[in-house]
Amino acid sequence: MKTMRASDGTGLVDAGRRQSPHRAATAFAGGLTRRRFLRTFAGGLAVLWLVDRGKLRAQAESGRGGRRGGGGRPRELAAWLHIAADGAVTVYSGKVEMGQNVRTMLTQAVAEELPTAFGSIKMVLGDTSLVPFDGGTAGSRSTPDMVPQIRRAAATAREALLDLAARQWRVERAALSAADGRISHAASQRSAGYGELTKGEKLVVEIADSVALKPATAWRVMGTSVPKVDGRSKVTGRHLYASDLTRPGCLHARVLRPPSYGASLVSLDASAAEALPGVVVARDVELVAALAPTEQLAAQAVAALRAEWTIDSQAPGRGGERDLFTHLRQTARNAPPPPPPPAPGELRQTYTVAYIAHTPLEPRAALAEWKDGRMTVWTGTQRPFGARSDVAAALKIPEDRVRVIVPDTGSGYGGKHIADAAVEAARLAKAAGRTVKLVWTREEEFTWAYFRPAGVIDIASTVGPDGRLTRWEHRNYNSGNAAIRALYDVADRTEVYHPAQSPLRQGSYRSLAGVANHFARETHIDEQAHAQKLDPLEFRLRNLKDPRARAVLEAAAQRFGWGTPAARTTGQGVGLAVGFDKAGYVATCIEIAVDRSSGRLRVVRVVEAFECGAIVNPNHLRNQIEGCIVQGLGGALFEAIRFDQGRILNPRLSQYRVPRFSDTPAIDIVLLDRKDLPSAGGGEAPNECVAPALGNAIFAATGVRLRSLPLAPNGLRVA
Amino acid sequence: MHVTSLHVNGAARQCDAAPDRSLLSVLRDDLGLTGAKYGCGEGQCGACIVLVDGVPVRSCLTPCGSVGPQQITTIEGLERDGRLHPLQEALLEVDAFQCAFCASGMILNGVALLAKNPRPGDDDIVRFMDGNICRCCTYPRIHAAIKRAAARLAAPGGVR
Repeated sequence: MKTMRASDGTGLVDAGRRQSPHRAATAFAGGLTRRRFLRTFAGGLAVLWLVDRGKLRAQAESGRGGRRGGGGRPRELAAWLHIAADGAVTVYSGKVEMGQNVRTMLTQAVAEELPTAFGSIKMVLGDTSLVPFDGGTAGSRSTPDMVPQIRRAAATAREALLDLAARQWRVERAALSAADGRISHAASQRSAGYGELTKGEKLVVEIADSVALKPATAWRVMGTSVPKVDGRSKVTGRHLYASDLTRPGCLHARVLRPPSYGASLVSLDASAAEALPGVVVARDVELVAALAPTEQLAAQAVAALRAEWTIDSQAPGRGGERDLFTHLRQTARNAPPPPPPPAPGELRQTYTVAYIAHTPLEPRAALAEWKDGRMTVWTGTQRPFGARSDVAAALKIPEDRVRVIVPDTGSGYGGKHIADAAVEAARLAKAAGRTVKLVWTREEEFTWAYFRPAGVIDIASTVGPDGRLTRWEHRNYNSGNAAIRALYDVADRTEVYHPAQSPLRQGSYRSLAGVANHFARETHIDEQAHAQKLDPLEFRLRNLKDPRARAVLEAAAQRFGWGTPAARTTGQGVGLAVGFDKAGYVATCIEIAVDRSSGRLRVVRVVEAFECGAIVNPNHLRNQIEGCIVQGLGGALFEAIRFDQGRILNPRLSQYRVPRFSDTPAIDIVLLDRKDLPSAGGGEAPNECVAPALGNAIFAATGVRLRSLPLAPNGLRVA
Repeated sequence: MHVTSLHVNGAARQCDAAPDRSLLSVLRDDLGLTGAKYGCGEGQCGACIVLVDGVPVRSCLTPCGSVGPQQITTIEGLERDGRLHPLQEALLEVDAFQCAFCASGMILNGVALLAKNPRPGDDDIVRFMDGNICRCCTYPRIHAAIKRAAARLAAPGGVR
């Protein structure tokens, strides 16, 4: 490994691939560039991770849901780690913390390869002026992508420090050890802190791809339940979320929203609003807001705006939900013609899922400051660099004049890919020349964000006399592609996603279409098992070769007591489901109780087995799985966005039910730790089998087969 | 100019706030106590809960002028001599929260429960806490932390 001195700041690293000044100025990757980084960092040791720009581009495009090819040879900074003279280790990454405990996980990754106290490790996340470009925190990619890179950076730093100590002390490198923030030489009893070894110089190394990482079997920090590194600030109210921030002279904004989808502003009389003391009405094209010293006054001022609207009756969402599923089918791309009548032995069914809302407890919020031609926005988003692009485009200024800072955020669940509040706050701040804070109301959150797509799924399957699937056809209209491929062993298979015209704005949601596709598939499999008069577990195992899938299914079934009298404790029905998504395998067993007089359904207990390779933090993984299960029960049982004539009919927490303490069942989690496999994310796949296992349990309890999510928004009607 | 006097975390505070402004907005925007959160504005989620003379109230629906001389406790005032409340400690021990946006309201409501019922059963906890939403759905852990804190408070020397 080569250590280079960069005190001249000219970018010695990767010098052979330096870009022309023009390319650098228009660099797509943005964030903290290699060049700027080398100019700005003080003494110490820096480790850079450089990646092909094409990869970054692909990553960014996939975060938007589209993909373009291309990308060139130039390489750009993707993450970096710095050891200061005092030994403080700082890691800079474009990932953001939303409660998934990425901050703790990345700290573990550093400490594993570069042993030092947790308190000496700092994560700088999601600040576009300090961190290198990142495509976004989504798709369960932080664990498989960012963790190994951070580990390589830390291991590279450790190796460089060992090199330095060997040279400075003129001793055998093999006789040195790294522990607890120091390099030590036992024989001569010499020891120096990591930072001391750099002697105030600027040392820069590039991550060596060849650097050896500790195998999971030798982990000492990863693989253990390290507590949340910032836990104390979260239980004392000290942690500041975007909605908690303020700046001198900041005004609160309340946006004038259209009365419905498809409405455009025709005229505006702002005189009454502007007559209120301290109120400024800010306008940028169609965006109108009242700015005021208090939220209350801003709300009063918006109410005093006299606006006239024109309604486009053909606009999406005007038609309402009545013919939603027909509409999705009719507008689907490449939809097949209606099939011929079912062949003997063929089972055909249709499954549907409703639109649901992420409902992050922290609504979209942003604080925007316009100063000297530069915009700084503090906001909660999963895509800080996407937010920066969106803000720059809206203000028509270059991206390098926009800084987006993402404080650890009050959750997202896939709902904060967009940066609407940031863009609105920035436009209002620039239009009014004032610092603006915008916190969406819960009603705005329910109405003007985006939803988990609704969808229609047709499944047709045929089973041979030996109880094995011989044909499988799964068509998803509108809801999405994620986890559409069945794990089942069937040669004749068709699995297609047909994009359609969604009447409501839709986008990412935790596990994307994984819930919809698993719900349809695992309900259908259950129906086939009953048609074949086979036990649902036996039918699945008969058609499942994948050893990892079998392992989770068998582990869950065993813990649950499937097929034994112990499976039913106080309830009447049990159901199971198995699945795979984003490199994680999941199996869920559920027991339910139904009160036949009231129709009230109670989820008695849930057993879930999960395997996502080598586990990084068992306690935090369990926490994610528990959260996935309970949150998943909401979408499975009662969550649904209702709409008519361009209006959301239930845009309040009093009208849109989410899971509460009283909805929480007993939960038993079986973790399968595969130390021989790479680690994968665990915040998505564990929610995907909840709905089908629940539906299958309802069938077992009542004989009623439900094929639409939510399954029982108003309880069950049982005879 | 409206002078509103409040007693927050043991100190008398005055601010220029119309009496019909929400206590939540005054605490957050005028007094800089941002632990209490806005989650829904209609008393459904509990993120804004603070204690008024020990009773949990939803500060988003409470006009600041209605509080009078009563003692307000916010999450910022829960520590005593640098020591966390046993419920805060228990929540850290079980590593309960994910995003923790619900934490302030959850903790204060839990503190009120423990003050009223030092040995709550499972059903008591569910009933008392059912108005607090955690969208990360960490309910099992918050529930376990309340039980753990109750046991600690009941132990000899556990009185806070």
